[in-house]
Amino acid sequence: MNALSVKDLHVKINESHILHGVSFEVPTNKVTALLGRNGVGKSTTLRTIMGFYEGTGSVELNGKQILGMQTHKIVQSGVAFVPEDREVFASLTVKENLSLAARSKDSADAYKFVYDLFPELDTRAAQQAGSLSGGQQQMVAIARALLNKNEILLVDEPTKGLAPKLVTEVAEALTKVAEHSTMLLVEQNLALVKRVAQHVIVMDQGRVVYQGGPENLNDDSWVHQMLGVSGGHK
Amino acid sequence: MDTFILIGITGIGLGALYFLVASGLSLIYGLMGVLNFAHGSFLSVGAFVGYWVATQLGPDTNMTDFILAMIVGGLAAGGFALLIEQLLITRLYDRHIDQALVTVGVSLVVGAVLGGWFGNDLIMFPTPLWFLTAVNVGGAMIPADRIVYIATAVLLLIANWALLKFTRIGLIIRAGVENRNMVNALGINVRRAFSTVFFLGGFAAGVGGVLVSVYSNGVSPLIAGSYLIYGFIVVVIGGMGSVPGSFLAAMLIGVIRQFANYYVTGLGDFVVVILLAGVLLIRPQGLLGKVRA
Repeated sequence: MNALSVKDLHVKINESHILHGVSFEVPTNKVTALLGRNGVGKSTTLRTIMGFYEGTGSVELNGKQILGMQTHKIVQSGVAFVPEDREVFASLTVKENLSLAARSKDSADAYKFVYDLFPELDTRAAQQAGSLSGGQQQMVAIARALLNKNEILLVDEPTKGLAPKLVTEVAEALTKVAEHSTMLLVEQNLALVKRVAQHVIVMDQGRVVYQGGPENLNDDSWVHQMLGVSGGHK
Repeated sequence: MDTFILIGITGIGLGALYFLVASGLSLIYGLMGVLNFAHGSFLSVGAFVGYWVATQLGPDTNMTDFILAMIVGGLAAGGFALLIEQLLITRLYDRHIDQALVTVGVSLVVGAVLGGWFGNDLIMFPTPLWFLTAVNVGGAMIPADRIVYIATAVLLLIANWALLKFTRIGLIIRAGVENRNMVNALGINVRRAFSTVFFLGGFAAGVGGVLVSVYSNGVSPLIAGSYLIYGFIVVVIGGMGSVPGSFLAAMLIGVIRQFANYYVTGLGDFVVVILLAGVLLIRPQGLLGKVRA
């Protein structure tokens, strides 16, 4: 059973053809890692699924077409998004960032889950999000996405720019979230990908060039060939 | 000292009028990125509807009648603003040049229609007799109407602050000023916030239109233009999207302009332009504005 099914997705931005017929599936209740070199179209794929960019082709969420829908309706139909660079509302407090995201009147359980996952957010509730560290902002961004009942979580480079200690913290949180979520994760940190992903998609030059299990990530020559990096941490 | 207080308070009164025009402009630009040249027409609609209500309520306008005229004028302007937003602006988001052209067109049409209907000459706005009196403040005799301008602006600022701080729509507006796309990405239809802001901006401009008409000794379609220019200056100096910034800038401009005009007749506008240039050079994001990413 697939939560998300992307077929023949083409995207042009300012006359540049970015995605050339991207097709892949995201299995339900599994973490799927979307990998590839910088600039191959991973973030564009996520942002097109979110409705930020127009595209042609098909994006189905549990069999329902969502390509072409307005972003807020895509989210209401069950897609949550943790953007690259966090994009927390800097002038709002942590509490305000979270309450803005919580759409249900009864979010007590969701708040409890989020505060269990990130206890720091509870203690810093009154602090302006803009004054938080990068890692804390990432916690806010992930927490916002977890406050509603979602069909799938799209997470774009959650460890980008974080100190190694914070990478570990975020990785642990994502591992916990992954236990009961369907997730499409764009991530450069292969150690994290190996830890959480059960399914891997590799993109190159706006196309999907591999779909399958994560076992190849242990093969250095495959990793080097597909991702242009060594198989250690990156 | 009396003169100093008189000029200071009348300057604050003038600033209050600027604030009523600028607060809506600032929020509309800050949240939606719409450079709204039709804002002056909201002011005119509010002024004329307020005038009509005041004349319908009888020849001897009392304070209740005037407040009612001001509120109905504000509501009419807010409704008109909402109509313009729904009919025209919603089709032009992120098309800034088209927005400018269309909103300029709206302001020209509204000005021409009102001018054709009422004429362009000043028509006396019925006011309570109390407006013609003066209030003693620290020995200075302050025209009573200035107190009404200041009180209205302060009330509006407080109402604005309370809405933005304590309501969900206020939270959405504040977040939307920072990052519209991310508000959408949280499953919130930010367009509804746009409509709310347009209505509120129109309401403030309409209330301002009534008060500007009193200050200008009458209602006329030609009044809106100069106040719109000052509204834009206030928004730029205060910081795009910052209502407290607009309040601060409006008061600053009102007071500086009054003092400059008192000491050298006609110098007021020049000093304001110098202030604008100085702010743009030293702090381009405005006094309380934030640098956009």
